[in-house]
Amino acid sequence: MNIPTGWQVDIGLEIHAQLSTEAKIFSGASTTFGNAPNSQACAIDLGMPGVLPKVNAAAYEKAVRFGLGVSGTINRESRFDRKNYFYPDLPKGYQITQMDLPIVVGGHVTISNEDGTQKVIHITRAHLEEDAGKSIHDFKPTQTGVDLNRAGTPLLEIVSEPDLKNASEAVAYAKAIHHLLTYLDVCDGNMAEGSLRFDANISVRRVDAEALGVRSEIKNLNSFRFLEQAIHYEIERQIDTLSAGGVLAQDTRLFDPEKLETRAMRSKETATDYRYFPEPDLLPVKIDESFIDRIKASMPELSGTRASRFETSLGLPTADAQLLAGDRSLGDYFEQLATLSGQPRLAANWVKGDILSRLREQDLNISECPVSPEAMAELLGLTVENVVSGKTAKAVFAALWEGDAISASTYVKEHGLEQVSDTSAIEPLVTELLREHPKQADDLKAGKSKLMGFFVGKVMQATSGTANPQQVNEILRAKLGL
Amino acid sequence: MNLRSATIAELRAHLDQRKLSAVELTDYYFERIDRHEPTINAYVTQLRETARSAAVKADKIIAAGQATALTGIPIAEKDLFCIEGTKTTSGSKMLADFEAPYTATVSEKLANAGAVTLGKTNMDEFAMGSSNESSYFGPVKNPWDTSRVPGGSSGGSAAAVAAGLCVASTGTDTGGSIRQPAALCGLTGLKPTYGRVSRWGMIAFASSLDQAGPMTRSAKDAAIMLEHMAGFDPRDSTCLTEAVPRYSQHLDQPIKGLRIGVCEAFFETALDATVATQIREALSILESLGATLIDVSLPHMTASLGAYYVIAPAECSANLARFDGIRYGYRCEDPQNLQDLYTRSRGEGFGQEVKKRILVGTFALSAGYYDAFYGRAQKVRRLIKQDFVEAFSQVDVIAGPTTPTPAFGLGEKAKNSVDMYLQDVFTIAASLAGVPAMSIPAGLVSGLPIGLQLIGNYLDEATLLNVAHQFQQTTDWHTLTAPEAP
Repeated sequence: MNIPTGWQVDIGLEIHAQLSTEAKIFSGASTTFGNAPNSQACAIDLGMPGVLPKVNAAAYEKAVRFGLGVSGTINRESRFDRKNYFYPDLPKGYQITQMDLPIVVGGHVTISNEDGTQKVIHITRAHLEEDAGKSIHDFKPTQTGVDLNRAGTPLLEIVSEPDLKNASEAVAYAKAIHHLLTYLDVCDGNMAEGSLRFDANISVRRVDAEALGVRSEIKNLNSFRFLEQAIHYEIERQIDTLSAGGVLAQDTRLFDPEKLETRAMRSKETATDYRYFPEPDLLPVKIDESFIDRIKASMPELSGTRASRFETSLGLPTADAQLLAGDRSLGDYFEQLATLSGQPRLAANWVKGDILSRLREQDLNISECPVSPEAMAELLGLTVENVVSGKTAKAVFAALWEGDAISASTYVKEHGLEQVSDTSAIEPLVTELLREHPKQADDLKAGKSKLMGFFVGKVMQATSGTANPQQVNEILRAKLGL
Repeated sequence: MNLRSATIAELRAHLDQRKLSAVELTDYYFERIDRHEPTINAYVTQLRETARSAAVKADKIIAAGQATALTGIPIAEKDLFCIEGTKTTSGSKMLADFEAPYTATVSEKLANAGAVTLGKTNMDEFAMGSSNESSYFGPVKNPWDTSRVPGGSSGGSAAAVAAGLCVASTGTDTGGSIRQPAALCGLTGLKPTYGRVSRWGMIAFASSLDQAGPMTRSAKDAAIMLEHMAGFDPRDSTCLTEAVPRYSQHLDQPIKGLRIGVCEAFFETALDATVATQIREALSILESLGATLIDVSLPHMTASLGAYYVIAPAECSANLARFDGIRYGYRCEDPQNLQDLYTRSRGEGFGQEVKKRILVGTFALSAGYYDAFYGRAQKVRRLIKQDFVEAFSQVDVIAGPTTPTPAFGLGEKAKNSVDMYLQDVFTIAASLAGVPAMSIPAGLVSGLPIGLQLIGNYLDEATLLNVAHQFQQTTDWHTLTAPEAP
């Protein structure tokens, strides 16, 4: 969708990411998804009288990882606050969150636009909070069920500046955050299970207007597609309203994915006053340098840095470098193979080619790849040293994949697949073939060079593919005096 | 021995010498409960069965010669400590039928120490009150004069000990809820340093102020109880990690040379003249024991009541939001929709005083008012803390009255909140600062007990208890017992 001339759009996203910790943020209950309702809600999650929260250090560690990943500032002292509102799936009647002193302040990510240009999107802050439970409205016709399994699941709310100028930038940014969260093992990124949810703040203004327009917040978008559709609808709605001389009211809206429209949920006037105040049950969390140093040491190289390293020091083409560095495990596999084989470009071709296509075929992750980098390196070694032809290598790879081969070299040996580069073995074959096919031999000699392939093919057939085609070529030329 | 006036220490000797068994002792208290409880109304729940089995177990431990200080000692617990499988009401209709699914750290520690819990004591609803009249389970009567209040909010805990319906009890103190009823019922009551005792399982009123402590017949008993209640608990993030001293082993230090601060502000305000005289008398006794009285000033103390009545309601407005009729507790009949479920469950489940404080707290935290109320109150709180830090650089203990008057009549202040709130005018500052403070019997005024308040430095409960014990070695106010209720 193009933004109509004369208008500009400002979008900021709030991304709620569930942190992939074993236990909840303030209790020891499990965070596993999909168990029987209320089976993993302990007294703390249920908001029983007299219970107290206790901060799960693992959640803090994940938040710090993210903060370091976006080059944000880690607050050495952060604090929790209570956000008060009533809802059946909010057991305590308040959510424990971070208002004044969030764990991460500032930071940025770089997104690539469709035209290939890059843009830096600034992050305002990222704070820790607890997720609410779920209200189940289709439980019984006249009743609502409450499932508190999700209550207390750690969330990192990542708030961006209104740097996003259209839906595709918003989606690119959301994907970049999604990528980073999963790359850093902060969040499992499973959108279907609600591990990542977006709130979009959208406003429009005339191109010459300096102040931001009146914004609407679209809550709880749980896929990239809904995010895009909701933004499209909202831009159109706001511009249409203003163009027709109407006035926009700041409000909170919900997106209806069936009708592809947003609907007002509440206006600014009726907005809840959350009455934030410092959580008296928790002390401010002080982080020492050693905690941050330990996390820094455990941080993987970020994909952007890794891609440029693949490009500059391993000599990969840009596209290959980005593809291979884009997924942490894939990058690890490639890098191991490149190191073991000493052939980065060849390794890249194998990984992005045969390996990835087989993985896709069987819907597997690189971590589930049946051929280890060590086994692959041995195969690559055989091709480099011309022990096997490219074609044979593919067959050996298939055998390794299917588990028919223990190692490339034993398989090649056992099946006699070594490339025959011995002229004494090939020469008699060529002489024999020229005698059997005099017509073709004459035509080739007369300049019908296509027939070269005919003879090479015959030799390959006779040697079950083990002959070195290059060598067959040379022998033919020599015999025919070409 | 006269069981009626016996202390934990005395009962210990009797139990260990096998002069009576823990079961007999438990029976003795339940007989007294049968006789006096209809008048006093100190208990919400009596735990006869579990008490008996705990006593039987205690007798075995005693017989095996493995008794410790609290083995077989019959106590009562304020009804806001959760005990698994036991009704825990916090004095409210909201939780009238609530059975706790887990046990509070304090209750667990006392049970593990062999104490026999006779029952859960009556209290002001959600610990909000200074007279025990806001309880859903009816007011508690002061054993010294049953037409008067026992104080609050730990009124049931105080009356139970004073009426001889247990030997010691647990209370909680947010602004004076241990010290004021202890004073009004002639007991020794100690509010420890904030964080000294775990709050896990204690139904919250105001989280940053709530602190559990003992209510006993002597300073020595308070020391014994505190030893078993205090200590680090990983389940409470605000709990302090410092090791717990053996308070009861450090009660015999002479107080010669001890610097006792006297803050004249305590004597200027609402203090009753007769009470003032009695407190001055108590101070001179301390002086005669060799202590030096030194004037100290707590310049921001006058602002403490105002700050407290912003901070405590603000915290309670959030703490009590969980009582919404959804998961447990009172739910209104036939709710029409969610809003109706909320408003009627809370409207019908909470009493007047609780609702008033929730409203005050909600207002104080509202957008546009936060800075003027909550923000300013927190500033006052910091100044008060500073006052105490300053004062304790000059003195070891601060002494003064616990309450402005002795016990007042039932219904006397119920209509006037501010009058009621003034009951805590001397106790609140220590709560805001988080320093330990205790009340010990300091005489009778018109036949009613009054209390001397001793305030100590952070984590210096040992000094407080020692001073109190030394005072009790030369006075006998703490040994007086209330007349037997009809």
